[in-house]
Amino acid sequence: MAKKLNLDRKAMPKQKPWERIKNFDEVALGYTVELAQAEAERCLSCKKAFCSMGCPVGIDIPAFIKCIRKGDYAAGVRKIKETNALPAICGRVCPQEEQCEAKCVLGNKDAPIAIGRLERFLADYEASSGKRETPDRTEPTGKKVAIVGAGPAGVTVANDLALLGHSVTIFEALHDCGGVLTYGIPEFRLPKAIVRREVDYVRSLGVDIVTDFIVGKTRTVDSLMEEYDAMFIGAGAGLPWFLGIDGENLNGVYSANEYLTRVNLMKGFRFPETDTPVKRSAKVAVIGGGNVAMDAARTSERLGADETHIVYRRSRKELPAREEEVENAEEEGIIFDLLTLPTRILGDERGWVRALECIKMRLGEPDSSGRRRPLPIEGSDFELEVDAVVIAIGNSPNPLIPNSTKGLEIGKRGNIVADEETGKTSREGIWAGGDVVTGAATVISAMGAARNAAASMHRYLMDEDK
Amino acid sequence: MYKVVERKMIVPNLHELVVEAPHVASSVQPGNFIILRADENGERIPLSVADWDREAGTVSSIFMQVGGSTAKLAQLHPGDEIPTFAGPLGRETEIEKYGTVVCVMGCYGIGSMWPVARALKEAGNEIVAVIEARSTFLLYWLDRYKELCDKVLYCTRDGTLGRKGHAGEIPDMLRSQGVKPDLVMAHGCTFQMKRMADVTREPGWKTVVNMNPIMIDGTGMCGVCRLTVGGETKFACVDGPDFDAHEIDWDEFLARRKTYFVEETEPLRHSGCGEHAEEHQGVSSG
Ligand SMILES: Cc1cc2nc3c(=O)[nH]c(=O)nc-3n(C[C@H](O)[C@H](O)[C@H](O)COP(=O)(O)OP(=O)(O)OC[C@H]3O[C@@H](n4cnc5c(N)ncnc54)[C@H](O)[C@@H]3O)c2cc1C
Ligand SMILES: Cc1cc2nc3c(=O)[nH]c(=O)nc-3n(C[C@H](O)[C@H](O)[C@H](O)COP(=O)(O)OP(=O)(O)OC[C@H]3O[C@@H](n4cnc5c(N)ncnc54)[C@H](O)[C@@H]3O)c2cc1C
Ligand code: SF4
Ligand code: SF4
Ligand code: FES
Repeated sequence: MAKKLNLDRKAMPKQKPWERIKNFDEVALGYTVELAQAEAERCLSCKKAFCSMGCPVGIDIPAFIKCIRKGDYAAGVRKIKETNALPAICGRVCPQEEQCEAKCVLGNKDAPIAIGRLERFLADYEASSGKRETPDRTEPTGKKVAIVGAGPAGVTVANDLALLGHSVTIFEALHDCGGVLTYGIPEFRLPKAIVRREVDYVRSLGVDIVTDFIVGKTRTVDSLMEEYDAMFIGAGAGLPWFLGIDGENLNGVYSANEYLTRVNLMKGFRFPETDTPVKRSAKVAVIGGGNVAMDAARTSERLGADETHIVYRRSRKELPAREEEVENAEEEGIIFDLLTLPTRILGDERGWVRALECIKMRLGEPDSSGRRRPLPIEGSDFELEVDAVVIAIGNSPNPLIPNSTKGLEIGKRGNIVADEETGKTSREGIWAGGDVVTGAATVISAMGAARNAAASMHRYLMDEDK
Repeated sequence: MYKVVERKMIVPNLHELVVEAPHVASSVQPGNFIILRADENGERIPLSVADWDREAGTVSSIFMQVGGSTAKLAQLHPGDEIPTFAGPLGRETEIEKYGTVVCVMGCYGIGSMWPVARALKEAGNEIVAVIEARSTFLLYWLDRYKELCDKVLYCTRDGTLGRKGHAGEIPDMLRSQGVKPDLVMAHGCTFQMKRMADVTREPGWKTVVNMNPIMIDGTGMCGVCRLTVGGETKFACVDGPDFDAHEIDWDEFLARRKTYFVEETEPLRHSGCGEHAEEHQGVSSG
């Protein structure tokens, strides 16, 4: 090989752990121009770009990296936006290590190109330049589209269909837009100003966003369909699961959704300046091992807990959270009680949490998911003294829409059934995509599904004219 | 933004709030509630719907000033705007022909019972209203009930109107009036509803209460409103707020209501409603 491989993957500057646990500011600070250049320099501009195949929306990765190398950042942004409308968000929260970066050829040498960081660099460059290019819009088609939910799926469909000239209205149940990006993922991982910027941009394309509107309650899907030519349902997977163990309704036990919503959407971390209270607990146990659990635990640290535990029934290797987030949590002093299964929540005489009863686990034979099945070790029960428990074991789609809509096929887990390629549901004129179809997944997969649905909806809306 | 059409104190500490919200007014049903925020830093607080005007696009609620958020609401004037008014939320009350329905109400429940009583009457029921308060000066909307209901009974703590005493006296009152309920509905403070649950259990009167836990989203997303009904966890905002009073785990419910007692330092003692205050007596810290 002519050129020697450069395996010096550039780290991204971060706030120091002891500083960042005292604030809610973003932890990862982003590449400087120098770091971005150095990282872009390492890319081999592969003819067969495996990296792009790992990206659910197929971004032309070597092309945008080439733009960075040339210093033509505006062109780089344009390249990304051909397929991804929300690069500032995906660059931050995509599980890159399982997607684009997992496929990068330099991954064989343990030094894949930091594609997510470069994507974020370009998006932030565009934001700080204050110059945002608006793509050309088609002539108005006169077609009306209703979108349920202003999460990444709904916002993406709105973006695409507005550019194609359709008249788009988003109906959102909460008072703010962004879905999980706003109420779930914390400020220190995804600043809300970025989400707001993206939502404002979609508004600037003429999309009407109606908040405080609960489809299925304020108006039903059927009633809206009398007025709109097509509908996209991107209502997410917002129904929190509980464990079904004793003591779950004690005071001091929260779903992760409640805990994070109080802090993020309702800005409870600024209480009493804001009105929504958040308990300042001393010892917190977060049950679960995914991104949601990491976010809840790191939030607890920032709210000033003396000790925060992650209680997870398998081993570190099986933690479903992104590696980067696990490392961040470890750096911030969160205690990982692995191979530990909660069996009961114990309360005091006033109905408050006092302790979490757990049992130690060992790994047995692999189960149907291919992961080794955790088995309890007899006699290993112990009590973890805590004054708060956050349950972060998963979410499924909210039954409001399924229960109030006729003829919409619903899957076993309460999800709306939609065609994988097109997002078409069992109801003519209605599409669905994102977490409401797949169950809790990722931002980029929700966007990918939204993209496909928008294309299919456009074909449907235009064909009707013939 | 939603325009405040009216906000007036109707009796000490209880206010009527009328807001222009056509999206809610067009689809609201008896037993529904809404969630509003008084300003951009405000909490999302649930209030039952007490009346509406579909044509004018307005929705009314009766609220009691108890803490920070309701204090903000009490400052609103006609023409002001509030940033959030979401709804209608919750399942609507099951309106059927039951026979004789006793509607027990107190505090803000005198307001929230109104659409329910009206619909029950329309469905052909005989309605006996039992209106409860600490004293006569806390009663309102009596004319409406007198006109609608087949019988209106009163119960006041100080004996200034009707029977002297509290909700515990109600079965006795009903018996002495020869009323045999096919269904009891209760709206108001938690303590009053719990008392109704206690005293209707023995005679075996089916009792439905309109529960009022702490809430955030009101759509089933956060789970803070959960309660145990018949041994199962339910979310009041989507499975309720109406539940069978005899199936509820009241001790758990009362404890959960106090979660933020320490944070919400505003004293309730001055709020005027005896039951509201009682609920918080003897609670030192969370
Ligand atoms: C704490 C947390 C951390 C996460 N971290 C990551 C991460 O690091 N990386 C990653 O890729 N993914 C992450 N995810 C997952 C990711 O956020 C979701 O997969 C993604 O947001 C799904 O997008 P969506 O548009 O389908 O749904 P959502 O984001 O859930 O948006 C749905 C919207 O619809 C609204 N809605 C629901 N019902 C109605 C109705 N009846 N009427 C009107 N509006 C309605 C909701 O209020 C919401 O605003 C995380 C999730 C959580 C909870
Ligand atoms: C479905 C539903 C319908 C309701 N309808 C009405 C209504 O029509 N009129 C009305 O006045 N109130 C109603 N409530 C209660 C109302 O939401 C609360 O009184 C209000 O949120 C208190 O806000 P605050 O900031 O003023 O008081 P806070 O400062 O939040 O609380 C003051 C005190 O009240 C207690 N408290 C907390 N939550 C509630 C609660 N949900 N209800 C009562 N006390 C509470 C707190 O523990 C605290 O000690 C309803 C509640 C629900 C869930
Ligand atoms: S969108 Fe996500 S998967 Fe695609 S290139 Fe960007 S970071 Fe990678
Ligand atoms: S696979 Fe890696 S090295 Fe090759 S083009 Fe993609 S990012 Fe560059
Ligand atoms: S208020 Fe959040 S689930 Fe009921």
